[in-house]
Amino acid sequence: MDWFWKFPAMNEDSFLLLKKTIDESFRGFTRGYGDAIESFFSPLQTFLIAVERLLIATPWPVIVLIVAALAWGASRSLKVVAGCAAALLFIGYFGMWEDTMKTISMIFVCTVLSIIIGLPTGILMSRSNGVRSVVNPLLDIMQTMPSFVYLIPVVMLLGIGRVPGVIAVVIYALPPMIRLTDLGIRMVDRDVLEAADAFGSSSWQKLKDVQLPLALPTIMAGINQTIMMALAMVVIASMIGVQGLGQPVLKAIANQYFTLGIFNGLAIVGIAIIFDRISQSFGLRLQKHREVAHG
Amino acid sequence: MASSSIEIRNLYKIFGSRGKDYVKAVADGMSKTELNAEHGHVLGLKDINITIPGGQITVIMGLSGSGKSTLIRHINRLIDPTSGEIIYDGADICRMSEEELRQFRRKRTAMVFQKFGLLPHRNVLQNAAYGLEIQGVAKGEREERARRWINRVGLEGFDAKYPNQLSGGMQQRVGLARALANDAEILLMDEAYSALDPLIRVDMQTVLLELQKELKKTVVFITHDLDEALRLGDKIAILRDGEIVQQGRAEDIVMNPANDYIESFVKEVNRGRAIRVGAVAQPLTGGEAGPSIDADHSVEDALKVMLSASADRLTVMGPDARPVGTVTRDQLLHIIVM
Ligand SMILES: Nc1ncnc2c1ncn2[C@@H]1O[C@H](COP(=O)(O)OP(=O)(O)OP(=O)(O)O)[C@@H](O)[C@H]1O
Ligand SMILES: [Mg+2]
Repeated sequence: MDWFWKFPAMNEDSFLLLKKTIDESFRGFTRGYGDAIESFFSPLQTFLIAVERLLIATPWPVIVLIVAALAWGASRSLKVVAGCAAALLFIGYFGMWEDTMKTISMIFVCTVLSIIIGLPTGILMSRSNGVRSVVNPLLDIMQTMPSFVYLIPVVMLLGIGRVPGVIAVVIYALPPMIRLTDLGIRMVDRDVLEAADAFGSSSWQKLKDVQLPLALPTIMAGINQTIMMALAMVVIASMIGVQGLGQPVLKAIANQYFTLGIFNGLAIVGIAIIFDRISQSFGLRLQKHREVAHG
Repeated sequence: MASSSIEIRNLYKIFGSRGKDYVKAVADGMSKTELNAEHGHVLGLKDINITIPGGQITVIMGLSGSGKSTLIRHINRLIDPTSGEIIYDGADICRMSEEELRQFRRKRTAMVFQKFGLLPHRNVLQNAAYGLEIQGVAKGEREERARRWINRVGLEGFDAKYPNQLSGGMQQRVGLARALANDAEILLMDEAYSALDPLIRVDMQTVLLELQKELKKTVVFITHDLDEALRLGDKIAILRDGEIVQQGRAEDIVMNPANDYIESFVKEVNRGRAIRVGAVAQPLTGGEAGPSIDADHSVEDALKVMLSASADRLTVMGPDARPVGTVTRDQLLHIIVM
């Protein structure tokens, strides 16, 4: 009855062997393909650095103006514009301008990447239940796996630096983009789709004239979620060498610098609010004519 | 435009994964209820045979669930048949390839929907131009053509409005403009007016009848309202549980209902308005007698003319203004009260 009280676990030697074999083979893979993978990602590195340089090199008043213009374009509300500008000015006044620009450039690249990967994946998912049943569990894993765990293979493959940071962030921030694209397309009114069919739309015409435009508010909500999740990863990503607002926070944790931690934390909150308000109010404006009308 | 007719032959539709297997059983008399209870399949249409004449309005009438939507969606094959054929202009629509079907839908059919099916993110003009855009007509031309039809259906000045800024009746005008802008021979209207309130509905019927006088399209119009059917239909087919129980002119249906089911509908109809004098005129015996009246006027109109002219006989004039027959007061009164 021994097995009843104590779980009959795998014998320790075989478990050790199993771990060793997997570790060894992954190391082998890293040695064999590490360079190839690194050079595969080198355009990403170039892009990242270019965006970062551009943001840092741009004079601060220009950045503030651009953000204000974006806020106005998206929301047509002076309150949102004033809020966004004020947040940036505070950040600059407390000496966190450069770190903030680094973080913004990183978030920008991660978001662009998530859209490039997420939009087509979401579209494919919405068209085929087969794809959906494969992608969905993958997304569940991506969302629930503690991020430190998948940092391990990423760092083993690519070392420490910006690119592994971006990859880690994208893995974490991608799922809502895919899920909401899929959802948005599936929610498109059947009557409108039938009309598109009746007038002889090809499936590409249906996608671009009907499905994507009608799903756009939901897709925008996905982009908004992706940005927020990417921001939440900034501190963790700084552990593997991503520069920006995460680094001082990390230093503050290690040395118990309360004020430094709070200030940088607030700066992250500040850009989160800026991104959120701009993308949400844009989504809302898209929604304007889309509610189904009365009969 | 010499418009050809649509010939539907032995059309069956059985919903369910193995519909084909049950066609024979249904043909041999299995009922809709039996099919559903014993095999879990739904009988949509059973052995439909009908000629939809070119250039006329054919109304398909029936209660909810009788298969009207299923039938009309076979004509542009939004629904694939289980068996049977639909011949239009020498080709079987049921056998068209994807590409042929797409071209057929683009160029030769247009559809108006009960729930309008407008694109909510586009304004009236862009909606009306949608069919043309799908065909690849250049922007300038398609907007000009769309604008013409928007004006024709009485929406002048609403180009830039969005569907959710319009009332139901106006939205359906947009739906109609979108369909007409396509300039297709076949116009499919699935309960196009059922969502509208009664006054607007009569209004829209008038719009359709007036346009049809000039356009002479092959219109298939679905309704569950007999008055609407009688007002619009050059030909009427009545569906019940997926079968056509009677087809013919309005007068055939009103005066000779095929069974009790149809009779129970027809009882409530205002026969004086539903029946046109042309349909009941007796052959001319002698020369012309009394005042004249056009063949497409109703019996009621004819009686009014008789009253005001205190005549008891009228000469019925055909479309080319030649006398085609005659009606008497007794005969018309008989029709109304019988
Ligand atoms: N996709 C489908 N799968 C299974 N059954 C269906 C399907 N579409 C329609 N049916 C069934 O076919 C029958 C005819 O439906 P249809 O929609 O053609 O009726 P209708 O005459 O248009 O009714 P209504 O006036 O309510 O629009 C109904 O019994 C319906 O339940
Ligand atoms: Mg219907």
